[in-house]
Amino acid sequence: MRIEIAYKPELGDGRAERIMSHLRAGRMAVSQCRIIDAYMIDGVVDLEPARVVDLFCEKVSQTSAVDRPLAAEEEWWDGAIEIVFKPGVTDPIAITAREALELELGRQLGPEVVVQQARQYLFALDTTDALSTTLENIAAALHNPLIQRAIVVPKTNLGPTSFPGIYPRVTLGDQDKNPLTYDLVSMRDDELLALSVERLLALTLGEMKVIQAYYQDPTTQEARRRAGLPVAVTDIELEMLGQSWSEHCKHKIFAARIQYDDASGQEPIEIAGLFSSYIKKTTDDLTPLRPDLRSVFHDNSGVVDFDEDTVMCFKAETHNSPSALDPYGGAITGIVGVNRDILGTGKGAWPFFNTNVLCFGHPDTPGEQIPEGLLPPSRVMAGVHEGIIDGGNQSGIPVAAGAFLFDESYLGKPLVFCGTGGLMPRKVRGEESWVQHIDAGDLAVMAGGRIGKDGIHGATFSSLELDETSPTSAVQIGDPITQRKMIDFLLEARDLGLYKGITDNGAGGLSSSLGEMAEYSGGVRVDLDLAPLKYEGLSPWEIWVSESQERMSLALDPSTWDDFAALAQRRGVEVSVIGQFTDNGFVDLRYRGKTLGLLSLEFIHDGLPKMNLRAQWEPSTQRRTLAKAQGSHHSLPNSPAAIENLWLSLLEEPNIRSKEPLVRQYDHEVQGRSVGKPFTGTGEGGVFGPTDGGALRPRIDSYRGVSVTHGINPRVGDDDTYKMAVLAVDEAYRSHIALGGDPLGASALDNFCWPDPVEGPGTPDGAYKMAQLVRANQGLRDACLAYTLPLVSGKDSMKNDVRLGGVKVSVRPTLLVSLFGIIPDLRRLVSSDFKAPGDEIWLVGTRAAIWGGQKTKPANQPGTFALGGSFLEKVLAGPQAPARTYGGDQGFHLGAAPNVDLSEAPGYYQTTARALEQGLFTSIHDLSDGGLAVALAESAMGGSLGCVIDVATYQQKTTAGMAELLFNEEPTRFLVTLRPGTAGIFEELYKNFGVVRLGTVEKDQRIKVQGNLVPPVTLRLDDGRRTWGKGWQE
Amino acid sequence: MKKPRVGIVAGFGINADLELAQAFELAGAEGEITPISEIFERPQLLDQWSILSFPGGFSFGDHLGSGKVLSHQIKARIGENIRAFIDRGGLVLGVCNGFQTLVKMGLLPNTNQDMEPSVSLIHNDSGQFLNRWVRLEVNTKNSSPWLSELRVENGPLEYPIRHGEGKFIFGSEIIRRELTNNQRIAFRYGDNPNGSVDNVAGITDGTGQVLGLMPHPEAFLYAQQHPRWTREGVEEPTAGLRLFQGAVKSLR
Repeated sequence: MRIEIAYKPELGDGRAERIMSHLRAGRMAVSQCRIIDAYMIDGVVDLEPARVVDLFCEKVSQTSAVDRPLAAEEEWWDGAIEIVFKPGVTDPIAITAREALELELGRQLGPEVVVQQARQYLFALDTTDALSTTLENIAAALHNPLIQRAIVVPKTNLGPTSFPGIYPRVTLGDQDKNPLTYDLVSMRDDELLALSVERLLALTLGEMKVIQAYYQDPTTQEARRRAGLPVAVTDIELEMLGQSWSEHCKHKIFAARIQYDDASGQEPIEIAGLFSSYIKKTTDDLTPLRPDLRSVFHDNSGVVDFDEDTVMCFKAETHNSPSALDPYGGAITGIVGVNRDILGTGKGAWPFFNTNVLCFGHPDTPGEQIPEGLLPPSRVMAGVHEGIIDGGNQSGIPVAAGAFLFDESYLGKPLVFCGTGGLMPRKVRGEESWVQHIDAGDLAVMAGGRIGKDGIHGATFSSLELDETSPTSAVQIGDPITQRKMIDFLLEARDLGLYKGITDNGAGGLSSSLGEMAEYSGGVRVDLDLAPLKYEGLSPWEIWVSESQERMSLALDPSTWDDFAALAQRRGVEVSVIGQFTDNGFVDLRYRGKTLGLLSLEFIHDGLPKMNLRAQWEPSTQRRTLAKAQGSHHSLPNSPAAIENLWLSLLEEPNIRSKEPLVRQYDHEVQGRSVGKPFTGTGEGGVFGPTDGGALRPRIDSYRGVSVTHGINPRVGDDDTYKMAVLAVDEAYRSHIALGGDPLGASALDNFCWPDPVEGPGTPDGAYKMAQLVRANQGLRDACLAYTLPLVSGKDSMKNDVRLGGVKVSVRPTLLVSLFGIIPDLRRLVSSDFKAPGDEIWLVGTRAAIWGGQKTKPANQPGTFALGGSFLEKVLAGPQAPARTYGGDQGFHLGAAPNVDLSEAPGYYQTTARALEQGLFTSIHDLSDGGLAVALAESAMGGSLGCVIDVATYQQKTTAGMAELLFNEEPTRFLVTLRPGTAGIFEELYKNFGVVRLGTVEKDQRIKVQGNLVPPVTLRLDDGRRTWGKGWQE
Repeated sequence: MKKPRVGIVAGFGINADLELAQAFELAGAEGEITPISEIFERPQLLDQWSILSFPGGFSFGDHLGSGKVLSHQIKARIGENIRAFIDRGGLVLGVCNGFQTLVKMGLLPNTNQDMEPSVSLIHNDSGQFLNRWVRLEVNTKNSSPWLSELRVENGPLEYPIRHGEGKFIFGSEIIRRELTNNQRIAFRYGDNPNGSVDNVAGITDGTGQVLGLMPHPEAFLYAQQHPRWTREGVEEPTAGLRLFQGAVKSLR
């Protein structure tokens, strides 16, 4: 049975209008569009069509047809395009339709029942347009052939069977369940490598040889003999090792021993491991100062105190490779995946905010610059954005903070950072909530979705460079509704004490989750045939490593199983016992009673030898000499008109431009905790001012709050990744302070996304990229120690390269610092918008940032302020082709990037926190991209108030030209406003730091900057709203 | 005096249940979040409640039209119980997805007392989900208890909207006239964000006991939720809380 449903023709459909505007933006001439939803149902006995229509069709606004095309009722269209998911791809709408049908019929539907969903578009083409728009072009723009198929039917061909009554489904047949074995013990090196490639294990020869040695070991052979296993390795064992030892899961580069030559002429230093030497060490050193840390690094997220009764946790991950292939599915899976990390922390936490930082190639990249096989960045962005919208909104988790970045280096792989914060009661049934126990004898249980072929090899695939052969099975689509049901059920079960341990199924699936949980008890036995499947025909190894979504793994005391299962049934969540935890030191994998795999836990987790890597730094003063720069300090624009144009160009720059039209599509207020929202101000002309981050109120009975902020600035890394890391920490911390945060109450996450830094034939500059990684870690450590900012969790993604048609596009080394912290009293928040005419405007910062850090000025910094890596530099440089490598010594640049005076900054921030506590400021805005000029414009547009600024004295004291002064991006600075008459208290408070009185807030809707140029440089707020505010309007 | 008890429907993708419970608690009632499957199993739960409320969210993902599947189930399984609940004076509230559910099961506006749907909520003109605060005019001539603490309002009040399918349409001119002339429109947008016909943001049934609205009063329970609280004084109790206070007071 095929049921078609559409809005009645006389009603408008906003979705159809929106699709047409997207198509027109892609130069396709469509004049009319209608959307029809089709549901295909097969295998339900005695199903009355009228009953289904009642269930699916809303008759006031919709019309329907059963087993005949609605399209035939209308004449205006030229062609129909129907898009349906390929067999085996998760289709959340079809899942809902099936569930609705089950509820309606009051019974479970068996595997013989098929429920499918497709979306049909009718289009009229604009015949007057000279462009030759074809239905095939439109179909190509509407679907992703990796996961969907499109059926195109011109009107002339429309017949009763143009669209199928049922689409093909997954038919795998009953495959041979006996595992394949490989005689590893006697393999030559080339055979070992070939095996790694053949099975997509992403393991090196060295690693394969370690596995070979394990199988050659007589102890191993004896254990295998007793279990009835051959000496040869089985497919499931190889797959588990490939998954467990993948870069994605094992973080081999962060664990590697490194020889680092810092180019100072000294002997190279040996670093035992980046994670242990810089990240973990930083937090260890800070632990005595931070009694609020509860659980760091070892769990799915980092846990810290919120108040006496509540703890909070935070985790951010990336989903870059899947988002490159299927932007929508990659992003939605990223979001719901990191939600599960929170659910899988301690005894289980409640997700109370999401964050997302999304990095794309420039949306207007010319088609000829996009390597064959890559989606255009505008398409990637649209898909990822839609995925983030659906993932967050449908889960009922508000977006608290985030960012969009655009850089030519993200053309290959987009970076999709997804974060989630969680809340847990301090005690769950009398026990600390962040602790879990798993003992031998506990049941191993899987809850949530079923297992299919989706997402097989996700962990290993994301540990490889993306190329033409990347497996499309690694793509999945998340279903927030199924997951939300599971979250509600599991937290209810948590409070009833029905389980002991919990972790999520993400990369690597059961292999990863049960493999990790087994470490608590000392082993696990899994009966893979007990795991519920989406369809028959999966091999045991596929069941073991599949990354099908919406699943958690749990450990239960057998005595609680009955209650757990009963509650699960009432809440509509599927749960299954699939094994038992043991203490014999082995992961024991069985299928229908037969052992298929036996691996020692010790070997899985500790058997992997450390890599040895080389890191060779090249200082910026040699790479980026000013003589080599095509641009130079002296050529900075210096006429009022040129500065005004530059100001507008910066406001319109995609990175700086307001993201309001995009962000308002995210629900940022569900759960009722949003006190500091993404936007602020009067909203004059439909344009609001930006805030410096999110501020949330977890409990309605207390004004204690949580800040959520970010720091990220990849372009600074061209100069020095050390500064890039310091600036990222400073930006996140600065925003936390601007939100009224406690200077000693913030914790951070580090997410590194790097191009492959392992030297090799495909990566001749690996040693430099490795040195960039070392320096970023050093910067991260130094800044975090200075700000008493422990790193409580993190993640790295180290293969962000794409090689297509012989072209390699690598991301700029990117570090995202995500911060969450305590705001002692949310009522301190003053927001960034100007509040009242007459308020005094001041610039504050460390002395180095305000007056120029002359003492440490590098040779390649021409002016008082460092301009390298700034958006001024980016705008002056103009569009850049995606570079293959980033050394930064070619092309346009402005020399050295700024640095933070870490000796002065902590005291300065404490002073600012005190000023906010005293209520001294009427507004505060952090200076970041675009510097003072952009901050002034944002605060003014937010408050719909102008100002007059006088920087003549400031220019004289710093010898800075107008462009340098307005657009430099020196760190640590805030733009603040004071009530008239309070400047005395303010100057006394900041006497050891840098302050500059800039001017006064006025009613007139313009910013006038008086200085060394005549006439004064002026920005009309209307022009600001037009360029900054409207850029993303669709 | 005993606190009135409020049933708050949850499950199947409903997601604004916690803050709705909070709203009723702050207004002096007892909020009882209850999975819809439990209400289906034990419809007599309705007997202990004075208010039945349907929160926002994405019931069944809105995959088959917002609120459609949920409304169909509720009507089929407990439609009669809800009718009896209203007959004995019970109040019903639907916010956002809850409003969509009430409309699609025919409980709103229910002009002919036959629970036949006669209005609808469809995709926004923009084709996009939108989260922003909107100005709302309260229809002071509507005598619903839900509005009893809002009629004193000076000028428009503000609540946030968070929806992709909030464009209100009338099924016919007759129903449009009937709702308008009988003062069944409860809220109108000051600045129409979604293309709703006649700027309709919320309506009541003939008794005034049933209110549905797209904006979220439960998202404005304290001053600091207002988007301009850092610039202007925001009075408490807030306009959001007062909607709940009005309903709870009317039960005394």
